[in-house]
Amino acid sequence: MSIYSNHRRRDKFRENFGQFDRILTFSVAGLLVIGTLLVYAATRNWFAAQGLDPEYYLKRHVVNILIGGLLAYGTTLIDYRLLRAYTPIVWGLAVIGLIIVLIPGLGSEINGAKAWISFPGGFQIQPAELAKIAIIVGISMILAEKRDTDADPTDQDVLKALAIAAVPILLILLQPDLGTVVIISAAVVAIIGTSGAPSRWVVGLLLLAVVGGFTAVKAGVVDEYQVARLQSFVDPSADPQATGYQLRQSRITIGSGGILGKGLFDGPQTNGRFVPEQQTDFIFTVAGEELGFLGSGFILVLFTIFFMRAFTIAKRTDDLFGRLVCVGVIAWFAFQTFENIGMTMGLVPMTGVPLPFMSYGGSSMFANLIGLGLIQNVHLRTR
Amino acid sequence: MSLRSRLNLVIVQALIISLMLALAGRLFYLQVAEGLTYQDAALSIQSRDVVNPAIRGAIVDSSGIPLVMDRPGMVISADRSTLDKLPDKGASILARVAKLVGKTPENVYVITRLCGELPSSQSAGCWKGTRFQPIPITKTATTEQALKVLENSDLFPGISAQSVPVRSYPGMAGENGAHVLGYVGSVNEDDLADTSKNYYREETIGKDGLELQYDNFLRGKAGIKTVIVDRKESVTKQAVSTQPVAGFNLVTNLDARLQAATEKALQTSVLRARSLGGRADGGAAVVMDVNSGKVLALASYPTYDPNIWQVGLTQKQANNLFSESSGVPALNRPLQGMYAPASAFKSISVVAAMNAGYDMNALYKCPAKLLIGNREFANFETKSQGTINMKRAVAVSCDTIWYQIAYDEWVRDGGLSPRSGLNDYFFKAARGFGLGKSTGIDLPSEASGRLPDRAWKERVYKENKDFYCNFKTRAKKSDLTPFLIEIARENCLDGNVLRAGDAVNFSIGQGDTLMTPIQMAQTYAAIANGGTLYKPQVARAIVKPNGQVVKEFKPEATATNVLSKKASKFLREALRAVVTEGTAAGAYAGFPVAIAGKTGTAEDKGLNKDGSAKGDTAWFASFAPVEDPKYVVVMVISQGGFGGSISSVGVRDIYAALFGVSGGRVDPAKEIFPNGVPINLPKVDPKNAKLVKP
Repeated sequence: MSIYSNHRRRDKFRENFGQFDRILTFSVAGLLVIGTLLVYAATRNWFAAQGLDPEYYLKRHVVNILIGGLLAYGTTLIDYRLLRAYTPIVWGLAVIGLIIVLIPGLGSEINGAKAWISFPGGFQIQPAELAKIAIIVGISMILAEKRDTDADPTDQDVLKALAIAAVPILLILLQPDLGTVVIISAAVVAIIGTSGAPSRWVVGLLLLAVVGGFTAVKAGVVDEYQVARLQSFVDPSADPQATGYQLRQSRITIGSGGILGKGLFDGPQTNGRFVPEQQTDFIFTVAGEELGFLGSGFILVLFTIFFMRAFTIAKRTDDLFGRLVCVGVIAWFAFQTFENIGMTMGLVPMTGVPLPFMSYGGSSMFANLIGLGLIQNVHLRTR
Repeated sequence: MSLRSRLNLVIVQALIISLMLALAGRLFYLQVAEGLTYQDAALSIQSRDVVNPAIRGAIVDSSGIPLVMDRPGMVISADRSTLDKLPDKGASILARVAKLVGKTPENVYVITRLCGELPSSQSAGCWKGTRFQPIPITKTATTEQALKVLENSDLFPGISAQSVPVRSYPGMAGENGAHVLGYVGSVNEDDLADTSKNYYREETIGKDGLELQYDNFLRGKAGIKTVIVDRKESVTKQAVSTQPVAGFNLVTNLDARLQAATEKALQTSVLRARSLGGRADGGAAVVMDVNSGKVLALASYPTYDPNIWQVGLTQKQANNLFSESSGVPALNRPLQGMYAPASAFKSISVVAAMNAGYDMNALYKCPAKLLIGNREFANFETKSQGTINMKRAVAVSCDTIWYQIAYDEWVRDGGLSPRSGLNDYFFKAARGFGLGKSTGIDLPSEASGRLPDRAWKERVYKENKDFYCNFKTRAKKSDLTPFLIEIARENCLDGNVLRAGDAVNFSIGQGDTLMTPIQMAQTYAAIANGGTLYKPQVARAIVKPNGQVVKEFKPEATATNVLSKKASKFLREALRAVVTEGTAAGAYAGFPVAIAGKTGTAEDKGLNKDGSAKGDTAWFASFAPVEDPKYVVVMVISQGGFGGSISSVGVRDIYAALFGVSGGRVDPAKEIFPNGVPINLPKVDPKNAKLVKP
């Protein structure tokens, strides 16, 4: 009996897996494999030099991927339309987490932002990652609620959606983690735009973003370290040892890779650890140096394939909720990718966001794979 | 799906595609378009050049005896970047090191400061490099001291001990040679800024003397090890590496034994002059080969221990090197000291007179004094010598004969209103011997002396006319005496014109005439060899450590026939008479080698710092043996007294060493150059060289 049921479960998995969108799966798998190699390349020499296990980061990264993979698979099991029931709980947990990180003694501050909750054993989680999912699913739900008929969302719906997004966004602003705020805002605007809500909302929100950003800097709401990051973006030599140093080193490391790169594990800049945080936020510098234009360009291609495929899934579904969730997740990944890679190449100011599917880090990896699961879920339930 | 919804979806999609394209474009720019630039930038971040200075070549004498060479030494140095981070900026640690190496804490503090950190009055010995180099505290540490530092690194943070080559002066014959050898030092900012020289900060370079002159050969080529470092500067990989190439050895014309004897003779003479009541604040001696200009010995007094540069100069030592009261030991007097030649100049006057057609065998009156214009010009000691021939006049150093001749020639040239087509026999003869121009000796910072001819007068007049013509308002109150006012008035009127007094003074090497001892040696060498002016040459050859000759320095004549055969013959006889029956007869009574020479006792109208009148400059310029001159020996002692009793005795001591004279006879076994000045190059093996005692 038990053997039979095991059999059945395995068959069910194989059946489900077979129905997953392959292009989506393989593009992400490609990113995960390359990311794993890069995390290993970024840390093996560093740890070996200190007499530590050179595969420390590699092992933990693989474990993160496996856990994330299970979470993603779990996300595909329940019909996404039933997720609505869980959404308030996820949202509530995220908000509580975001409040906890701000309480001195409970949250830990890393690189100037109070974004982490530390648990004994060195385990940390980042509630902001959970918040991204909660917001995307939450406002998609609100805006899709009345879409059984062809009626577009009303102003009231949009306001409700904005309220749901505003609470976590404000809490993240307090950390402060501007990079994540920008990503979430982009996802929110993309969802509202796609929902068929009045265009004035999209235009208005975009204007609000510009004015808000400007006054924030002016009024000093933005922390000193963020101003420093902005300044060093404008003039990288302003503070050669800190932020500017990081950006300069990052650019040099990527540029020195040339067309073919120095070869995996053979980047002198990477092995010398000239770029700080190179296994997390600056993982793309490792790709740039060791894999060169061909390798890092291939990463951009994989991301682009992923986004385009996800758009196709979004367009194919008849269900507005599913489509909005897809668009939200795409906007989230795309903006995070742009912010991260753009930062390492000196294209946008420095923010502390990881590169989806590639950077080392549990919370972010789990959230990314859950995001993937959401899109696959929509794909599975599209007839 | 509503149309607007679909449209917006496409807009979002387009936006995301453009974001990805932006990333791709930037990636292309960084890695493909600017890839090479960034590769260079990365390389400069990762690579460090570790400079391994080469062993510096030795300087040896003409028989291969090392005068200076590299020896292994122990350096104890301070790392300022570590010390500065300590609460007391490392003061207590430096004091501990001072105690260990036997120096004062103040001295160690000063020598570990960058020169810019100290007021310039206390900056002697300061570090001329940067904060990031190890700053040597001592280069002559003992093994025990070095071990103490190494074993107690907790007591000496930022202090290191290391074995390094140290410049050492073996002094095998007792020679010092500080001035001619010069010294080495660390590369400073100015040296680094000199783009014509590719110095490395870690190198030691020549700063003066032969060490500076031939630095390019001696220094060798530093080995460069390029290493790849990580952000914490720990070496991750060795890239390129070149081995240091040892510097070449410099063979000189100097002879260690003769150099030692010359230094000793000079010192003895100075001390003797002092014991006779003279001030004798300094002196110089030169020994040269008359037939090639090879410099065989070059001595300057006062001197100093060349090792002070290696041990680490103290403020006291540095002050002393340049202090008036200790006689400015840093001054290399043979080529930087300028003295009125006085009667030693008369050999040139003889050449001038012969050119003007005066008969050397005729008789001339040598009265006690002579009235030229309204000024009285007296013989030295105001003694009349009666009517004598020119040879006798040279021997007894009669001045009045020269006054008369110089005055007559001045009148013939038009006097105060010079005619065209001037003869200027005296100036022309002096110019022929190279006065007023440096000799071109292969040592740095040579002075050129002064030839006060008509052009010089014109130049000085232009510079000072304003002062003389406004003397009453410009001069100090104390200088407003009727005599000085009258002189100023005359100078204002026609200070540019050569006056009778100038011409007369010039003929006996007084007035404004100044010569360096090396110029004097060059002049007398030309008299001795029949008229060839050789460039004084200290270096003989550059040889590689394996013995291969890189460059040989051949004798170089800068002028020929500066005097006629007849003049040369006459001067040999006349200068011999100086020694046999004239002013130097006392000093050379019973000397077994036939010396020829000329004394000079120059009056200096100047005052010493304490206001006392300056003593006379004592010269003796000579060559020997008179029948076949080989060597020219010149000694001058500033404020030394009489040339005939001070310098000529000093020169005699040098000849005694040169020819091996003892007990009134020549001992050929003791002669320094029994086979003449060496022609062949010696075997250069500084470590195993053995001194042959003459």
